[in-house]
Amino acid sequence: MTSALLTDITIFVLALLVGFEVISKVPATLHTPLMSAANSIHGIILVGAMLIAASANNALGYVLAFIAAAFAAMNVVGGYVVTGRMLKMFRRRPTPVPAGQDGHGGQLSPDGQARQVAGGGTPGASS
Amino acid sequence: MSAFDWVIQLVYVAAASCFVLGLHLMNTPATARRGNQLSTGGMVAAIAATFAIIIHAGTISVTGWIVMLTGALLGGGAGLYAARTVQMTAMPQLVSVFNAVGGGAAALVAIHDYINLAGASAGVPESTTVTTLLDVIIGAVTFSGSIIAAGKLQGLISGSPITFPGSRVVNMAAAVVGIGGAIYLIVTPSVPGLLIIILAALVFGVTMVLPIGGADMPVVISLLNAFTGTAVAMAGFVIGNWALIIAGALVGASGGILTKLMADAMNRSLRNIMIGGFGTGDSAAAVEGPGGDVRPIAADDAAIQLAYAQKVIIVPGYGLAAAQAQHQLAELAKELENHGIEVSYAIHPVAGRMPGHMNVLLAEANVPYPQLREMDDVNPEFPRADVALVVGANDVTNPAARRPGTAISGMPILDVDQAKSIIVIKRSMASGYAGIDNELYVNPKTSMYFADAKKALSELTAAVKTLVG
Repeated sequence: MTSALLTDITIFVLALLVGFEVISKVPATLHTPLMSAANSIHGIILVGAMLIAASANNALGYVLAFIAAAFAAMNVVGGYVVTGRMLKMFRRRPTPVPAGQDGHGGQLSPDGQARQVAGGGTPGASS
Repeated sequence: MSAFDWVIQLVYVAAASCFVLGLHLMNTPATARRGNQLSTGGMVAAIAATFAIIIHAGTISVTGWIVMLTGALLGGGAGLYAARTVQMTAMPQLVSVFNAVGGGAAALVAIHDYINLAGASAGVPESTTVTTLLDVIIGAVTFSGSIIAAGKLQGLISGSPITFPGSRVVNMAAAVVGIGGAIYLIVTPSVPGLLIIILAALVFGVTMVLPIGGADMPVVISLLNAFTGTAVAMAGFVIGNWALIIAGALVGASGGILTKLMADAMNRSLRNIMIGGFGTGDSAAAVEGPGGDVRPIAADDAAIQLAYAQKVIIVPGYGLAAAQAQHQLAELAKELENHGIEVSYAIHPVAGRMPGHMNVLLAEANVPYPQLREMDDVNPEFPRADVALVVGANDVTNPAARRPGTAISGMPILDVDQAKSIIVIKRSMASGYAGIDNELYVNPKTSMYFADAKKALSELTAAVKTLVG
């Protein structure tokens, strides 16, 4: 049992507790983006993949490093992009639907019009 | 420790802080995007720091650079393409695939490390062996398990529980070989031994997920997410990198919380789910609920009920997503709102194929998120609702859950039966995953609109338009 291992375990346990605390406050509405965001965070294994590519010195090592780098990069890039794509869809107010999609363009009530103008602004940051 | 090492370590700490703060900002939809951007920034910093380490050390070969960069470009390109083109209904599959590759990469990092150490004359320190083996086993189980889960979600593998004679035995044997082999390896380092453990872990992952039914997928995905996080944290132990440990622990915590929330929302224990098969076992003899007749309704009558309501609560279920009818539903809701009717959506935690899936599907259909209401929040409002419109949801609305002795007893449900009137859009009287009749359908307040969700909602919208227009 080395002191380095002890430090690692301490960090692991504390990070786990911080994780429980922070994540239990995420509303159910955002659970899919949350999971996707957590997914992209574990893409940090790319760091590990890069380090093994740096230390590899034989064919097997290169093959392992190649697959690890490809897997990890797919994880990290895909994860962040898809999370961003999902979160972009969460809006406080409806945004104008592009013409041709709603099938009744131009027939909106005055209420609908007002709503659409208001929807142009970014939602206020309330916490 | 040189000044260079100091800077690098501080960058890793900053990256880890960005991950924590990024997750913290996800506590409201308004700040969630900034959270994701912050988290991305942390990731970029961590990767840049790693580049600096590699260049500073200067020991990397040209082949090493080529392998790393082509691998990362190929993988990154594939990830980018998948993320840009995926349908929101297919999100659970994609998350499963990302779980698989993350777990796989974590296992590969440990395998590489182990082979190097075993080849060295100094041998493998025991503490390293333990974390390495944990990383390899958890990573490999996650890899094969997530692939099977993704295959089930995509429909490539049957979504119903798959068992074959002796499947339980194979599963147990793989577990025994994996654990026994791991104990042996701690004492005697051996590369072939590691290979056997990897195979056992892969087999275990497959036989763990195959018998799990489609309705339990939200739990399985969450659990595999927690596994990947743990594998990445273990990889951090192996290569001595704190950023990996912290990031892995955060993901482990997230997956753990979601697993518990999903299991609670279905009132099933994790053990029960892993053993598999909703309604396939010997469910207790059901206590007979109130019988009665089903009242079918046509589009025009349903539209009248909706158009003259003051408050409508929509209860969407997976059937809505399966019919790809979320846009039609949003259009109907918009029509009602323009007419001054208060509309909200009651969303059960397990609506969809992964935690929170229904919210994303509705957000995609332009439904503003303040209208998306969680179960505990919206349940007290059902008695004030003039119409509850149930689209593609079944078991989560069944009042039988309140009585003991049924397959779903104790499961938290949406109090749809408290509404003044109820319209259910459904293709047939077929029962849901729990395999029991829904007592809501024979409630005197309930009208059944038998049709495909997409067609039914379009007809309803048209009928409402003629009424209010």
